[in-house]
Amino acid sequence: MLSPRGPKACGGGAADRQIHVLAVDDSSVDRAVIARLLRSSKYRVTTVDSGKKALELLGLEPNVNMIITDYWMPEMTGYELLKIVKESSELREIPVVIMSSENVPNRINRCLEEGAEDFLLKPVRPSDVARLCNRMR
Amino acid sequence: MELGSLQRRYIDFTTALFREGFLDNQYTQLQQLQDESNPEFVLEVVTLFFEDSEKLLDELSRTLDQQVVDYKKVDAHVHQLKGSSASIGAQRVKNVCMAFRNFCEERNQEGCLRCLQQVRQEYFLVKSKLETLFRLEKQILAAGGSVPVLW
Repeated sequence: MLSPRGPKACGGGAADRQIHVLAVDDSSVDRAVIARLLRSSKYRVTTVDSGKKALELLGLEPNVNMIITDYWMPEMTGYELLKIVKESSELREIPVVIMSSENVPNRINRCLEEGAEDFLLKPVRPSDVARLCNRMR
Repeated sequence: MELGSLQRRYIDFTTALFREGFLDNQYTQLQQLQDESNPEFVLEVVTLFFEDSEKLLDELSRTLDQQVVDYKKVDAHVHQLKGSSASIGAQRVKNVCMAFRNFCEERNQEGCLRCLQQVRQEYFLVKSKLETLFRLEKQILAAGGSVPVLW
């Protein structure tokens, strides 16, 4: 699906069609950082601290343009969340980005094979967020 | 203290923090994300780091104090502490966490306990340094000046 927007036109968009990103991370520090990074690109951001809460929110509000999730979380990993999203007919079109503090090639490959849009190494930088803008649904 | 001296003190103090490895570039990244619409961003994130870390340090003490140590649990906590310290640029804390994880893998209780002591020390050190930094910033602003930008 080609985006009609070029890189310069990236960003949250007009208020009526503001891009909504769901950020999932069990770390309060990382939630604060990723939220700020995304909001500085004018995206609307919702943060949750678990895969379970992410799925609850997605059930209520399907209007999410991207999910960005930490890999290592207790109870449900980002990989497990990715699989559930990609196996769901309602959710599978939503691009999912995985974040991890560990550079494990196997892990990265598994996530990409399962349909992850991108894999970001933490700490996440503004340049990482910038390169996601063309991947929003 | 007059504004000029406060600002000089701030510059010297900050420069030393980076030179001595207490903080790394990630802290600078956070400072760059602070602006008029998010004027307290760094303070907010660092406060979350303080709250999170103190909980983790308590958990680590508890877990390492058990008769039979659950190293998976210890490792999970250290992983969390490593992640959050990396996210705010608390480099020395992060580095101790890396050594700590190795001892977890080896199930080395003595090594783990030593690391716990060390990580606690580094944490309280960086905490006190950051609190000094925030205090200096407040004093500069109260004196009607602006906080020097070192990047």
